Amino acid sequence: MNVIEVKQLKKIYNTTEVKVNALNGVDLTFEQGEFAAIVGPSGSGKTTLLNMLGGLDEPTEGEIRIGGTNILELSSSKLIDFRLRNIGFVFQAYNLIPVLTALENVEFIMQLQEVPKKERQQRAIALLEQVGLGDRTNSRPSKLSGGQQQRVAVARALASKPKFVLADEPTANLDSKSTANLLDIMEELNRKENITFVFSTHDQRVVNKARRVITLEDGQIISDLKKE
Amino acid sequence: MLLAIAWRNIWRSRTRSLVILIAITLGLASGIFYMAFYKGMLDQRINSAIKTEASHIQIHHAKYLTNPDKKFVITSTDSVVQAIRAEENVKAVSSRLIVNTMIQSPTTGSGVKVTGIDPTMEAQVTNLHSKLIDGSYFEEDRRNPIIIGEKLAEKLKVKLKSKLVITVQDMAGNITGAAFKVVGIYETSNTSFDEKNVFVRQTDLSRLLAIGENTSHEIAVLLTQNEQLNPVARKLRSELSNLSVKTWREIMPEVSLLESSFGLTMYIFIGIILLALLFGIVNTMLMAVLERTKELGMLMAIGMNRVRVFAMIMLETVMLSLFGGLCGIILGWLLNLYFGATGIDLGAWSAAYKSMGFDTLVYTRLSWSISLQVAIMVMVTGIIASIYPALKALRLKPGEAIRIDM
Ligand SMILES: Nc1ncnc2c1ncn2[C@@H]1O[C@H](COP(=O)(O)OP(=O)(O)O)[C@@H](O)[C@H]1O
Ligand SMILES: [Mg+2]
Repeated sequence: MNVIEVKQLKKIYNTTEVKVNALNGVDLTFEQGEFAAIVGPSGSGKTTLLNMLGGLDEPTEGEIRIGGTNILELSSSKLIDFRLRNIGFVFQAYNLIPVLTALENVEFIMQLQEVPKKERQQRAIALLEQVGLGDRTNSRPSKLSGGQQQRVAVARALASKPKFVLADEPTANLDSKSTANLLDIMEELNRKENITFVFSTHDQRVVNKARRVITLEDGQIISDLKKE
Repeated sequence: MLLAIAWRNIWRSRTRSLVILIAITLGLASGIFYMAFYKGMLDQRINSAIKTEASHIQIHHAKYLTNPDKKFVITSTDSVVQAIRAEENVKAVSSRLIVNTMIQSPTTGSGVKVTGIDPTMEAQVTNLHSKLIDGSYFEEDRRNPIIIGEKLAEKLKVKLKSKLVITVQDMAGNITGAAFKVVGIYETSNTSFDEKNVFVRQTDLSRLLAIGENTSHEIAVLLTQNEQLNPVARKLRSELSNLSVKTWREIMPEVSLLESSFGLTMYIFIGIILLALLFGIVNTMLMAVLERTKELGMLMAIGMNRVRVFAMIMLETVMLSLFGGLCGIILGWLLNLYFGATGIDLGAWSAAYKSMGFDTLVYTRLSWSISLQVAIMVMVTGIIASIYPALKALRLKPGEAIRIDM
């Protein structure tokens, strides 16, 4: 069963004087349990593609199905709820609410889902332990390193029990050690719990960890390689 | 958790929040303090209107108030007084003879209202006896004593024990007069009253006017509580149908107007302060929203819906306003408690206020219900102030807001 299915995706930005063809006819499918990287030079359309997959932006043309649902048919408030229940997000930065602790940040998304308090707390603690932050639950983001913040973001993304996790350049602001650490955690979650990850990057070491590498150039897929 | 987020967000830009908090606190504290000052002044004015001037209810001949001629008398005063005394909630009753005439000192003269009272009965109704600044209250049993106001004494250039001549036309139409000896000088908070009113014994005035026994021009009634005013007046009206029964509100409409316009005046006053603060709050929250574009974009991206985003901004705004509002109300109360005990001396302006009947030492007064109303007004202001910034937040597109490279 395909978790994500996109057909003939096109995105034209008209905001500036020159039209930008950010995506130019992309066909893609992802299956449950994939660990896929989207690579390509800056401006090739990675963020645009991930935003479309996550229902954060609308394509100019094309079709997007997530778990069988055509998300372009959803009203904007239904779409927000759909994101909450089906998609986990990890962004490059600004992932966390600065005034909440790591634990509260992870709990917050479950509160949006109206998970009962007790269950919420237990799950948040368990997830933070899983990403190696069991001892930092009460720290606010400003007291955490960049790598730790991204790990909290991963825990938060998983807390909502999404169908898949989208991560747009999650390691772009991290040093190599933190990068390796974050990738190891993501890979382990993928392998042990079969969680689907789709992430973009232009870091070769991150690319090497992926089991599928999709290369974009000028808004088009120029290669789609599966390993092993 | 939205509550916690909203509260912590307020303290994120400490300086900015403090500036607006101080503005709200000072604005409301001064508003509330002014309200307490005005209320104190008003209550004192009402109190003196009742205690010194009008009492709660006055009874006259049906025609007397439109034409205060001494011929419009209340006959068989004693039985009327008895009937009134028998009413529930009536504390004391005093009947009076009144004549408007001239009073003369050796040097000059003045038009006055001469009221003939029974000193003991009058003392139960009005507080004239406690307003004496010189002399005594009809204590010596000599002929023709008179008590005059300080302002009149000044005008007539007389002192205690001076002689004054009152000239009247008696009931038969003969011009007659008598000499009175000043035994007391009083001073109320109303200089106009002090200048116009002199008091003599009813028996002396009755003799001078050659008026029959058991007649009076005015019966003043003091009640146990001002709240009983209308019910008692209604009953007396039906029982004394041939006489005029007026409450102090009807007798002194200018004081009654002040009383009834107090609420509206205060709402407008506080409203203006809050309107000015509203713009400050909107500005503060707008800055807070613009500064958090990425964070708000992220929250909407991960699935925080519009209602919750709106609620979060609104909560933050209301909390900020209400916190400042409560500080303002507390500060206002502290000022009120202090000046409610020590009083505020109007000093330089006292002469002008005194001529309108206001005390020059004002004890501030504030009620809890008014403070609560102000708090509710602050909350409503907070809600209104949150609308624009919250809408601004909702207009963010998560996909755009979260982009790092833009
Ligand atoms: N809001 C926008 N308005 C106009 N052009 C945009 C907008 N967002 C992205 N683009 C353009 O679309 C292209 C793809 O951008 P993006 O998806 O961010 O690439 P990447 O993430 O691979 O760096 C770029 O040329 C970029 O300038
Ligand atoms: Mg990008």
